[in-house]
Amino acid sequence: MLVSILHRMTGAALSFAGLAMLVWWLLAIAGGANSYASFSKAAAHPIGLIVMVGLTWAFFQHLLSGIRHLVMDSGAGFELDTNKRFAALTLVGSLFLTLLVWIPQLGAIR
Amino acid sequence: MSLGQSATPLGKVTGLGSAHHGGEHWLSERVTSAALLLLGAWLIASLLFLPSRDQQTLAEWLSAPSGAVPMALLVIAAFKHALQGIKVVVDDYVHVEGNRFAANTLLLFLAIGGASLALFALGRIAFGGAA
Repeated sequence: MLVSILHRMTGAALSFAGLAMLVWWLLAIAGGANSYASFSKAAAHPIGLIVMVGLTWAFFQHLLSGIRHLVMDSGAGFELDTNKRFAALTLVGSLFLTLLVWIPQLGAIR
Repeated sequence: MSLGQSATPLGKVTGLGSAHHGGEHWLSERVTSAALLLLGAWLIASLLFLPSRDQQTLAEWLSAPSGAVPMALLVIAAFKHALQGIKVVVDDYVHVEGNRFAANTLLLFLAIGGASLALFALGRIAFGGAA
């Protein structure tokens, strides 16, 4: 139940905030060193960091529950036990992958 | 196929449901999700293995066909998948036909605009020589 709702919420967040960041990032790279510096500055701001870490988590949560949906589309994994375990696994997995991406970055953030 | 003129049980199903055009949307959303699975893995791996992530390195990476083409595909697949996903939410929650059409049209324009902007940026990185 929770994981299913999260799939929609993270999907919506990625569609708007995530794609906006992607477009901004590409435009900043296209704009040259100065424009990229202002993007980096915004991304390194505490609010920017919260957005980036949040989007990273949303990405992995949506990815893992998306894989869960693909498996369930095949007709597998509907037993209550399996289903619950798979759902819980997406929550643990997304948290783990988010930490995996961001812990090595901690040094760079100062 | 128009509603109510189907000869087979399968044909009757086609065109029904809240999206009003049967299984195509459902399948297409899964096809774009599979594409994003591959392209997302490519993006994460590429960013991890780049020697640094300053503007010059990123621009060089996205100038080469090996960077520019997958990124362009990722942009197209991501915007298409997002549009399809948000459409499901709109179709579920916006019940007035006119409002639903307006919301879906607005989102379509937004997605095409965003994707075009991203592809323009990629073109500028690959062909602009401004970096």
